[in-house]
Amino acid sequence: MNLTETPAEALFRTEIRHFVEANLPRTIRDDVLAFKHLTKDQYVRWQRILAGQGWGAPGWPAEYGGPGWSAVQRSIFDDECYKAGAPRQLPFGLSMIGPVLMKFGTAEQQARYLPRIIRMDDWWCQGYSEPGAGSDLAALKTVARRDGGEYVVSGQKTWTTLAQYADWMFCLVRTRSEGKPQEGISFVLIDMRAPGVRVRPIRTLDLGADVNEVFLDDVRIPVANLVGPEHGGWTIAKYLLGHERTNIAGIGMCRRLSASLKEYAKRQTKHGRPLIEDVRFRDRMVKLEIDLLSHEWSLMRLISLEQAGRPVGVEASMLKIRGSEIQQDLGELLMESAGPYALPFVAEALDSGFEGETAAGIGLNSVAALYFDLRKVSIYGGTNEVQKNIIAKSVLGL
Amino acid sequence: MDFEINDEQRLLADSVGRWLDADYRFEDFRRFAADASVARQNWACLAELGLLGVNIPEKDGGLGGGAIETLLIMQQFGRALVVDPYVSNAVIAVALVAAEPAGERRSRLLEQIGAGSCRVSIAALEPDGRFDLSLVRTVAKAEGGAFSLSGRKAVVIHGDTADQLIVSARTAGGAGETHGISLFLVDAHSPGIEIRGFPTIDGQRAAEVHFKEVRVDQGALLGGLHGGAEPLEWAVDRGIAALCAEACGAMEKLLELTAEHLRTRKQFGQPIGKFQALQHRVADMAIAVEQTRSMAVLAAAKIDVADRAERRRAISAAKAMAGRCGRLVAQQAVQLHGGMGMTDEIQVGYYFKRLTAIDVTWGNVEHHVELYGDLL
Repeated sequence: MNLTETPAEALFRTEIRHFVEANLPRTIRDDVLAFKHLTKDQYVRWQRILAGQGWGAPGWPAEYGGPGWSAVQRSIFDDECYKAGAPRQLPFGLSMIGPVLMKFGTAEQQARYLPRIIRMDDWWCQGYSEPGAGSDLAALKTVARRDGGEYVVSGQKTWTTLAQYADWMFCLVRTRSEGKPQEGISFVLIDMRAPGVRVRPIRTLDLGADVNEVFLDDVRIPVANLVGPEHGGWTIAKYLLGHERTNIAGIGMCRRLSASLKEYAKRQTKHGRPLIEDVRFRDRMVKLEIDLLSHEWSLMRLISLEQAGRPVGVEASMLKIRGSEIQQDLGELLMESAGPYALPFVAEALDSGFEGETAAGIGLNSVAALYFDLRKVSIYGGTNEVQKNIIAKSVLGL
Repeated sequence: MDFEINDEQRLLADSVGRWLDADYRFEDFRRFAADASVARQNWACLAELGLLGVNIPEKDGGLGGGAIETLLIMQQFGRALVVDPYVSNAVIAVALVAAEPAGERRSRLLEQIGAGSCRVSIAALEPDGRFDLSLVRTVAKAEGGAFSLSGRKAVVIHGDTADQLIVSARTAGGAGETHGISLFLVDAHSPGIEIRGFPTIDGQRAAEVHFKEVRVDQGALLGGLHGGAEPLEWAVDRGIAALCAEACGAMEKLLELTAEHLRTRKQFGQPIGKFQALQHRVADMAIAVEQTRSMAVLAAAKIDVADRAERRRAISAAKAMAGRCGRLVAQQAVQLHGGMGMTDEIQVGYYFKRLTAIDVTWGNVEHHVELYGDLL
């Protein structure tokens, strides 16, 4: 065991820090640190800056255009990016369809799509959930009917994050209705500009609209857009969800919330003193700080297991649950730090470029919206109830 | 002890419920919040039904009701997500005005508030004071027979649609002291008042109010000079009791909505309410609603006791409980609705937001735990 960063790792950290400091556009950083809704352009711009440095796909092996970093290096990279206020690298291309194509795609599919993911020439979204298929994903009903060299896809997807910007959607569809539901699902790629695709934004509690419904009405896609074998989509779906779970340990968001909380608690006052000196409030901050510390070390242990090639099991579910709980607790306390100023809320102030007025500044304006929005993290990516079922099953072996 | 309400009270609750069912529908919520003319109509209805005068004595033209009537009305309001400034007017302002000595001003004000022709907002909090009613830096300087008000008031609920403001200002002492706070009734359109209104998380409004040497005469004083802290605390306590009842109504509704969802939403071939993990959540929600209901009744029972400490403990306990339970019920309701609970398209989120807003109105859980602790 070596529980400290090696000199090489420390050097690596410095290199990342300097690059991000020098290259992250200030306007993007300010919006990120104010928890605003970023524009498509902001995401793409930062992604291309990273791609220009060869860091566009930190998790990818060198043969596919990644930097070939170790798991520890990747976590250092994420850490530095988050600290500096960089936008998150969207997972849909890099952590979802990318790894899927590497494992299940044909050589043609890999050559066609992977390089465009690194520069974000294609924006990807995820077509999994449906109105009737949430936790019970295998109940999905969107149908793909074979017609010569094409599939004709009809149905509806929902909770499709950032689909309003997407060029492509990877999508689970039903290609066979007989037999077990899991055995009739295929994994296909849909061009979002194809006739019959319609995107409807869903307004969420923070009054943003980053999730959508996607309606598919006789959308024709070439058979070449099938990934893996026909009816073999469930295996791919599960592989991908495994990837999503480590992503949503949410460590970066936890750290960002924690940093904001400290800053607000220093700036806000109670009985004429900084809020952070209020023992009642400070105790709750410390409890969360300790929670976060243990979460970080759990993640590091898991990363080192992964790096050593050991199988990762239910620990990913545990990380997902703890990460979501800590984010939500931090969001709650952040809101409380605002006192009565949690009440006024100008929704437009969450948009990039907003120049209007708020009651008490941009930061306090958004705390309640952030608190509301963070309720989603215990719902998406497999609800916490589903994660607990997975853990209990593994512990009990029943 | 008798927890049964009488026939008259039941009639009141039923008639409020019927009006809300018919004319205050969720489908219209966004209009209520956004359209000032609709809000005025609703306000006129509240006046017509006599609800604005529920706490006004009969001899002054009101219904002559009290804590129980307010509780019943607020529970219905909580269920229907009423967004009008009812508590500020019909509870807090009426309490302060009704406590004034009999006279032309008192009669006129009560009549106007009851008729809905004068809307009052309570400008008591300040930008750096959190929920502390005695952290008053706004000053009222005596100038001859008049006063000059200068300072800033924070998060004044519906302050940008008010005709009159009840303002706490310092006539003696320093920030944090209770002695030396005086209350003034100020025309919201007086020269020197700058009001910046903002939407709130729950579809209402709140304003930042800046007083720049606003001149008011001696007659603007509500209550005695330097002695405003105690009546303000007492009147706000009445508002808090009302909010606890409202929270109870909102939580009841959330429990019903969630139960309905669990009965009808199917996953894995069965209603999700069949899963024990979710059943226990619903049980926790039901317990929380029940506790809040009890505390809302306690608050109503103690609001008129003479002993300040006894009243204050009950009110802070009730508000802390309503805040804690409201958070639990709302969070569980969202979680159990899954992704739909995160949208602006169904009712659940609106109740979640209202309960969150109630928690940060006149003191959140932490504030009331602290106040209770001071009285142990």
